[in-house]
Amino acid sequence: MNIFEARNIVKAYGDFTALDNVTVSIPENSIYGLLGPNGAGKTTLIRIMNQILMPDQGQLFFQNRPLKPNDVFAMGYLPEERGLYKKMKVGEQALYLARLKGMSKNDALKKLKYWFEKFEIQSWWDKKVEELSKGMAQKLQFIVTILHEPKFLIFDEPFSGFDPINATLMRDEMLNLKAQGATIILSTHNMNSVEELCDNITLINKAQAVLEGEVIEIQNRYKPDIFEISYKGDPQIFQRSLNSKFELLEQTGRKEIYSAKVKNIHASGDNELLNLILPHVHVTSFTEILPSMNDIFIKAVESSNKN
Amino acid sequence: MNKIFLIISREYLTRIRKKSFIVMSILGPLLFAAMFVIPIWMTTRESDEVKKIAVIDSTMEFINQLESEHQKNLIFVYQPHFTLDQYKKYMKNNKEYDAVLYIPRILPYSPNSAQLVSHGQINFSITSYITSKLETLLTEKKMRALGIDNFEKIMESAKTKISLQTITVSARGEKKSNVEVNMILGYLLGLLIYMFIFMFGAQVMRGVIEEKTNRIVEVIISSVKPFQLMMGKVIGIALVVLTQISFWIIMTSTLVIIAKAVLLPDVDMTQLQSAAPQSIMSSSGSMSGMQSAAPAMNMSEAQKAFAKFDTIPFVKIIGWFIFFFIGGYLLYGSFFAAIGSVVDSETDTQQFMLPITIPLIMGLFIMFYTLNNHDSSIAYWFSIFPLTSPIVMMARIPFDAPNSEIILSAVILILTFIGAIWMAGKIYRTGILIYGKKVGYKEIFKWLKYKH
Repeated sequence: MNIFEARNIVKAYGDFTALDNVTVSIPENSIYGLLGPNGAGKTTLIRIMNQILMPDQGQLFFQNRPLKPNDVFAMGYLPEERGLYKKMKVGEQALYLARLKGMSKNDALKKLKYWFEKFEIQSWWDKKVEELSKGMAQKLQFIVTILHEPKFLIFDEPFSGFDPINATLMRDEMLNLKAQGATIILSTHNMNSVEELCDNITLINKAQAVLEGEVIEIQNRYKPDIFEISYKGDPQIFQRSLNSKFELLEQTGRKEIYSAKVKNIHASGDNELLNLILPHVHVTSFTEILPSMNDIFIKAVESSNKN
Repeated sequence: MNKIFLIISREYLTRIRKKSFIVMSILGPLLFAAMFVIPIWMTTRESDEVKKIAVIDSTMEFINQLESEHQKNLIFVYQPHFTLDQYKKYMKNNKEYDAVLYIPRILPYSPNSAQLVSHGQINFSITSYITSKLETLLTEKKMRALGIDNFEKIMESAKTKISLQTITVSARGEKKSNVEVNMILGYLLGLLIYMFIFMFGAQVMRGVIEEKTNRIVEVIISSVKPFQLMMGKVIGIALVVLTQISFWIIMTSTLVIIAKAVLLPDVDMTQLQSAAPQSIMSSSGSMSGMQSAAPAMNMSEAQKAFAKFDTIPFVKIIGWFIFFFIGGYLLYGSFFAAIGSVVDSETDTQQFMLPITIPLIMGLFIMFYTLNNHDSSIAYWFSIFPLTSPIVMMARIPFDAPNSEIILSAVILILTFIGAIWMAGKIYRTGILIYGKKVGYKEIFKWLKYKH
């Protein structure tokens, strides 16, 4: 089941088209990556999902029915351009933002207490926001985003500005939220976190969705059919054992321990390669090299720019 | 709807908790009360302070003549046998006398030759008293030399003092009016509206810029409509102003009542109505009272000054003041909010401020003009034109502007601010999401056409 669907969304600012017939379907209880170069239209799409902007054309569905204004209370949004009132006290501000999301005062206080204890920041309650460091403020923003326990969360560049410790904390909390049933949209340039966290992605370039699907499936689609083989034996014999279906790209190593990269030209079975070399060398490891999301990103963007 | 109340209360509470609000709330009424009370207080205070003046009268003509029953706070000590130089030396080390009046022998022939030597600056009322007293005495002496006796009595019966009563006639009948008080009131009210619109409109703008530069705006508009956020801020600040104004009104009237009770005990104010048409300014210095030295006065200038305020229709004026303030503030406040939304920092606001500043300043100048020409067609049209009406109409209301004109102006103002808010809302919701880009007028006009 899809928790959110945006069908054939078109959005233009005057002469500039920010989104051109973009369709995304977000499966429930998944982490969905929204990728794309700067200015591709990601933030516009996110703002349309949040109903900050209205699309010029297209339909939006939330939980299989048309999106309603009140659905914002079931959503949590951490925008890329985020901040807090500097002169306001931490606790007061968290309470204010929670109540804007429709929480009652008591409920908000109870949940804030829980999260402040969990993140060990109870002592900040009466501090002014301007006294907090950037990382501390980000923690507070994270809490405020998830406090009303939304089913549907949108994080726009959540890791920017975090130190590695806090970034890991955020990552773990996202996985926790997913485990508790939430759906998360993650818009980021950090491709490692995409590989690590996302189940599905859509890549937007120049206002259009140019690539979409499950991360594993996309990685397979983009795989270069290269195997990395470590073995003990003679590199000359190794090379000779390959037939015309395989191309040796490089070999490194010394003293009988070698590592080779072999491309499967005709995309025939992996086992055939193993069958060819097993009689001649002692294989210690055999792995297919999967493309990094980083490479896929660059490839997809380049090929869509050519068209 | 619930959301907008949350926003209003945040805007309201964060502002009234600020130190500057508390300071202004206390200083404001003190300043207002001081404006009314200090001149009155000065008149009463001066008469208590006794000054001792040594008189070296070389003519021997004025001995024991300078005193008067209206000027009991001056003591003249006549020392005809000393010279001025001796006294100057004596005064250097001695403060027995506040001043030395030197009347040379040639005074009757050389009117500029008298001298008053003192330690510090001498009060203007004292010099003017001495001058007029010497003038009277010398005139009398010269008259006597010409054969006219009983000069003082003749002058007394010949002297006439005019106090002009102004009465306005309208369909509702006739009514005493206070031209000067109305002018001062109109001036104050118009100026206050001008100041409030500028001060608190700028606060709206700064609030919007703050939310934009803090980058909190997008967090908030994912929960509430941008329009709610904008109106919440505008209304929240309006409530701050109204709180401050009502605080000022209560504090000022309390202070004035206290001052009245302390300075003018046992005066029945209803008896003072007839004194009202006199100039309020005459109470701000004691000199006019001294120069005329009018013995016919039944009550002090201070009492008159208070009496004038009792003829003013305060409820009507305050009611319209609050209306025109709110109307003008909503109109300009929404412009200020729109400006705040399109810029990244306060320094970028310059180019957009001009279209707001010009009508406001124009309103202020036409308000000054209106005070003297409250029935002119310029006053009429600019008190109807919504961008200037809050300021100009406020200067006309104390002069009893016709209700039909006030209501016409009010209705046009309401329609205009609704339009202004709608327009500002459109600019605002696009503007707040645009960062790091210089926006011009052309672009803003495009935003007005956007669908949201």
